[in-house]
Amino acid sequence: MMTQGIYEILYNFQIAPNVYSMVLAGDTSSLLAPGQFVNIKLDGKFLRRPISVCDFNAETITLIYKVVGIGTEQMAKMQKGEKLDMLVGLGNGFNPEKAGDKPLLIGGGVGIPPMYNLCKELLKMGKTPTVILGFNTKEEIFYEDAFKNLGVEVIVTTVDGSYGVKGYVTDAMDREYTYFFTCGPMPMFKAIESVAKTSGQYSFEERMGCGFGACMGCSCKTKYGNKRICKDGPVLYREEIVW
Amino acid sequence: MVDTSVILSGIKMDNPVIPASGTFGFGYEFANIYDINCLGTFSFKGTTRDERFGNPTPRIAECPEGMLNSVGLQNPGVQRVISEELPKLKECFHKKVMANVSGFSVEDYAYTCEKLDGESQIGWFEVNISCPNVHGGGLAFGTSAKNAAEVTKAVKKVTTKPVFIKLSPNVTDIVEIAKACESEGAGGVSLINTLLGMRIDLKTKKPILANKMGGFSGPAIKPVALRMVYQVYDAVKIPIIGMGGISTAEDVIEMMLAGATAVQVGAQNLVDPFACKNIIDNLPKVMEKYKINSLTEIIGGAHNG
Repeated sequence: MMTQGIYEILYNFQIAPNVYSMVLAGDTSSLLAPGQFVNIKLDGKFLRRPISVCDFNAETITLIYKVVGIGTEQMAKMQKGEKLDMLVGLGNGFNPEKAGDKPLLIGGGVGIPPMYNLCKELLKMGKTPTVILGFNTKEEIFYEDAFKNLGVEVIVTTVDGSYGVKGYVTDAMDREYTYFFTCGPMPMFKAIESVAKTSGQYSFEERMGCGFGACMGCSCKTKYGNKRICKDGPVLYREEIVW
Repeated sequence: MVDTSVILSGIKMDNPVIPASGTFGFGYEFANIYDINCLGTFSFKGTTRDERFGNPTPRIAECPEGMLNSVGLQNPGVQRVISEELPKLKECFHKKVMANVSGFSVEDYAYTCEKLDGESQIGWFEVNISCPNVHGGGLAFGTSAKNAAEVTKAVKKVTTKPVFIKLSPNVTDIVEIAKACESEGAGGVSLINTLLGMRIDLKTKKPILANKMGGFSGPAIKPVALRMVYQVYDAVKIPIIGMGGISTAEDVIEMMLAGATAVQVGAQNLVDPFACKNIIDNLPKVMEKYKINSLTEIIGGAHNG
């Protein structure tokens, strides 16, 4: 269940061009699954900023975000010790129970962060995940080592071929797997949908009003009725998605 | 001990604070984070004759001190509101709720209100003739005194509960429309709905909202709302529910001084889910600060002298 709290910034640093990692201290008890998100109040901004949770433990939350507008620009300038008002524990998150023994985790760009906590969760469950990380070019790469340090197989793809497999994440999907989890941009989702061999879960992004199900700002149609990306998602099952 | 209670069309409310339609769903989801029985009441999600998905996304854009929405009256339709939503609400809310109704023809409004009139949970109707986000209805009724009167008359004919007509600010003379509603028996008027607005994305060079235009709400519109409530208060005898940019207990008092008997909180619920609870908790303190013993006594207070 969603909680509201004040969180203190412990770290906030750049990990790739325009991509930052922010670690915050505070109550994490409302985070119940990988792939949930927080909604951040920023000074001078009316709407909160929804950011997916990369990782969390009993005391801290790690967020990885890309500077894409005035809100995230403001976040990038924040310093250790500053405090943020956040709604925490939003969204359904991934359901790792469905994974089978050898799930595939596919992240594209800033869709990669939620895969990290999911990967840890799957390892705890005794699964053997393989991670595919998609980037445009070598200099954009982040978190390859973080995943490798978990002891999983990591495949990096770059569109320009400057590192790893040349091409898209789908160029690394021709292998055996029991299930897939993915987060990233819509063109990547559509490409995955066209080649995926198993069931899976997609984590969607949408412009949100509230982030907790009140405003109907981020609704989508599914095979089982209308859903709110913020509350009934952001993770939807492959079987229910209307493309 | 200060008195926060008000009487709205014969129904006593513990306080004048009402979450506005479209920002509070059917209430039960907020009941998971606090006891919503502290509210005066709330206005449930705009309900239409048939189920509606609403407009394509993006439906939300931000602007300084406010936001735009073009949700477009997404709701499950009146039948499922009665069979599914109201029973869920009954579990967690034990006061009378305000039924917000929208339509695309005079018959639509009458049909939906008639269906809901038998529900004992409902205390008041709030008939939305001012939604800027739907074509061929909604706002079309709210920008003409003649049409507003026609909807009021049709709804009055088939209902027994007090009927508030929710008015649009996107008009030349809101007073004329309020008077037309009063003359056809409206129990009161709610104002203001959102202002029609737009934002354009410099990267794509296109409107941010898929529907291009949307309703502008938030603190930025408060002065417009206050002015219109003030003007309408001078011209009608029926009670006014005031709304537009309300986010604090001070705002509630300001709106009541302008002439509102009760006050709705909209956009603020979306950035602070505890907004209404906090406003209600703060009201006595702020009343004491401004030497107000009873909220009822300050209604329209800015007009005296």
